[in-house]
Amino acid sequence: MTTAIALPHAKRTLANGLDVIVHEDRRVPIVAVNLWYHVGSKNERSGRTGFAHLFEHLMFEGSEHYNKGYFFPLQQAGALLNGSTNSDRTNYWEVVPTTSLELALWMESDRMGYLLPALTPERFETQRGVVLNERRQNYENRPYGMALMAISAALYPPDHPYHWLTIGAADDLQAMEFEDVRAFFRTYYHPANASLALAGDINAERAFELADAYFGDIPAGEKPSRVRAEASVAREVRLVLEDRVELPRVYMAWHSPAMFAEGDAEADLVADLLANGKTSRLYRTLVYDRRIAVDVSAFQHSRELSSFFLLASTAAPGQSLTEIAAVIDERIQALADEGPTVPEMERGLAQAEAHFMYRLQTVGGFGGKSDQLNAYNVFRGNPDFFGDDLARYRQATAASVGAAARKYLAFDRRVLLSIVPRGQAALALPGSEPVSVS
Amino acid sequence: MARVDRTRLPAPGPDPQFRFPEIVRHTLANGLKLRTVEHPGVPLVTFVMQIDGGLGADAPGREGLAALSADMVDEGTGSLSAIDVSDALARIGADYDVEVGADATLFTLTTLARFAERGATLLSRMLTAPSMHDADFERVRQLRLDRLRQLTDLPPAVAERAFLRLLYPSHPYGHLAIGSVDALRTLTREDVVRFHASTFLPSRSTLIAVGALSHADLVMTAERAFGGWTGGEHVDGFRAPAADVDVDMGTTPQLLVVPREGAAQSEVRIGHLSARRDTPDYAPLLVMNAILGGQFVSRLNMKLREEKAFTYGVRSGFDWRRGVGPFSVQTSVHTAATAESIADTLKEISDLRGGRPATVDELSLAQASLTRGYPRNFETAQQVARSVGQLALFDLPDSYFERFVPNVNAVTVDDVTRVAQTYLDPGRAISLVVGDRSATESSLSGLGVGELRVLPPTG
Repeated sequence: MTTAIALPHAKRTLANGLDVIVHEDRRVPIVAVNLWYHVGSKNERSGRTGFAHLFEHLMFEGSEHYNKGYFFPLQQAGALLNGSTNSDRTNYWEVVPTTSLELALWMESDRMGYLLPALTPERFETQRGVVLNERRQNYENRPYGMALMAISAALYPPDHPYHWLTIGAADDLQAMEFEDVRAFFRTYYHPANASLALAGDINAERAFELADAYFGDIPAGEKPSRVRAEASVAREVRLVLEDRVELPRVYMAWHSPAMFAEGDAEADLVADLLANGKTSRLYRTLVYDRRIAVDVSAFQHSRELSSFFLLASTAAPGQSLTEIAAVIDERIQALADEGPTVPEMERGLAQAEAHFMYRLQTVGGFGGKSDQLNAYNVFRGNPDFFGDDLARYRQATAASVGAAARKYLAFDRRVLLSIVPRGQAALALPGSEPVSVS
Repeated sequence: MARVDRTRLPAPGPDPQFRFPEIVRHTLANGLKLRTVEHPGVPLVTFVMQIDGGLGADAPGREGLAALSADMVDEGTGSLSAIDVSDALARIGADYDVEVGADATLFTLTTLARFAERGATLLSRMLTAPSMHDADFERVRQLRLDRLRQLTDLPPAVAERAFLRLLYPSHPYGHLAIGSVDALRTLTREDVVRFHASTFLPSRSTLIAVGALSHADLVMTAERAFGGWTGGEHVDGFRAPAADVDVDMGTTPQLLVVPREGAAQSEVRIGHLSARRDTPDYAPLLVMNAILGGQFVSRLNMKLREEKAFTYGVRSGFDWRRGVGPFSVQTSVHTAATAESIADTLKEISDLRGGRPATVDELSLAQASLTRGYPRNFETAQQVARSVGQLALFDLPDSYFERFVPNVNAVTVDDVTRVAQTYLDPGRAISLVVGDRSATESSLSGLGVGELRVLPPTG
């Protein structure tokens, strides 16, 4: 028995090209305003990495008609608000009491239509400094914090926009110029490249009226051309990075199907059955039975242009990464040869069903219903993809999951990264080349 | 519809009405306190078992015992091995989580409403009859020792550990839940069995059940699952609750550095012991903190982030406990800005106490940000269950949610100044830096907030 899951909504497109999606949920007197711009670090170029995210910071500094910082009036209204940038998109959201919805729309539309007059070189300098601190805090000063930079650089060639992380290179951030802001804003921050979702205590007709009143006057822009790029790894690449860590860790990364492409859901299920929970194959072998590792994780990192599958395991004190990697390979090979068992498929589906239901609990914020509607709209052109998304998991079979493991987790086409304590490069997998990231 | 007026911001309408969830109380025959809340909408259910006794229940030299015991709960019960328990949780898509707080330990299980019975039964078996096999105990203890070793790489964890020891020298609150290497090494399976037998008792526990089910169904489900729990043998010599142990509030400022040579940033903690959760000044303290460092537009964040770009962010807050808890400022700043960040923080605290008291505008902004979005905290079953758990933990009345907004709105500017003077004191503040010692030592020594002391990285 399964429970029907759906995310009912209405969608209209304004004359200037802005998609507006509305979902009614009257349980709590709040409305979520969620605005996506289809721009991320994939739209940057080499030498100017980190720009999309730095720009996101500038969106909170004020706009022409309210030029005193974005947070003040919204916090005064009891709103929760934030924004984020990744490789593929930038999102902004407010969750406001029902009676402050117009304030949130006023603020969001003002910065979509009238940001540039409020920007100054001083504000740009300050946010450059804030972002450099964000980078130090979350990457440079964090154990294993530079791993994904090294992995991305090895998986993707230098001209591929996934070669760098969204946070960008420190040198590039230092080199940014205030003048670059205008062109970026004009290219990417306009109605035709955006999607607005309103979810919560709101009537759909009223929501469309308000959206048109606040955003309808903003001039249409030209839809930016799609980024296209290809990447593959033709051999096994072995790298080592020394870091301020106590325990060595091995990462394995493979190219995998793009978000929503054939095989994407299967790769997600493979990640689960390899490393999610004590019942998973790798946790059970490495951490539970043999106790040679302290943790193991696996993750299908789904993205627009292409995805990567990432596996990581940290050695228990005194244990060797070589042995851990050999066990991982053996378990992957077994999965590729024999496919998953019936209990594994049952567990995987039960967890997928429950997690889709968990995603219906909040109207706003990161991962809330408004954010999901925008994700489906931006990446699928169809906010009504919730059921289809779950169906991908329901339709997966033992054969298709086994085939995904066989096809995507090939040993001769992957990046292996060892992160070892400083001065102990010998703890890396044999044949690893030192790599430097900064 | 007419185009909008961009010459002024739309004024918010009156705050919408919200009906806070009704809490129904029961006590089962075995003494287990039960609170149920109907939360329709999404077909889910959350159970929170809140057991009196958190990290503050760890005896001296036994730091980490409460958390280790809690960790053993999903390591097997009856005929189910640790693997079987994990399998059973996965088959109902359960989200299972353990949190060891200062005064209580919370076990949370969320699942689909149609699995309510299975979820409650499984949670009951895990909590009331954990197997505690030797091999599982040894593995779990070793994993926690390994985790402690890894935490020495993580500046926020190093800072939290050292800061708690400085705040609470020789007090049961003075450690992280995970404890210390020395203590974990000496703990045995028998210690865990004894802790479980003396602590995991229905009379010391509150079960909160929230979900898309009726009160009657929630009660029936809880009763079926937990009604037979007898709680094992009582163990003598139970210690006084940590909340009743005297604390030393401190009388002089302290300045300390935990060296992390070459660190790109300094992890900083500034604060001191301050208030108990049952203080009559709870609402004024929330408002005061919002103005000082509890929200994005706070004085501290506007100064250190938006004006000076020293940090990605800075927060202040009270760590509420049954006993006296700390007030602290937490941030991570560029190494070169370490001393100035501490000086600025202490100055902002001093200013709020009198030099530059809160303004009417700051007060109304802080009140609005705390109250107007308040209903947002009741969106998910887990949020509701945890809020109800807080009422149980701190002996607050069920009318607490209704009273929150009026209580916050009753705070005045004078209240803010008064509680800043009463509960904040730079003269006994501990300033702790985890960062590059050689790069910060001379500027830190010039701060005049105590002689610089160096702490070993492992605490």
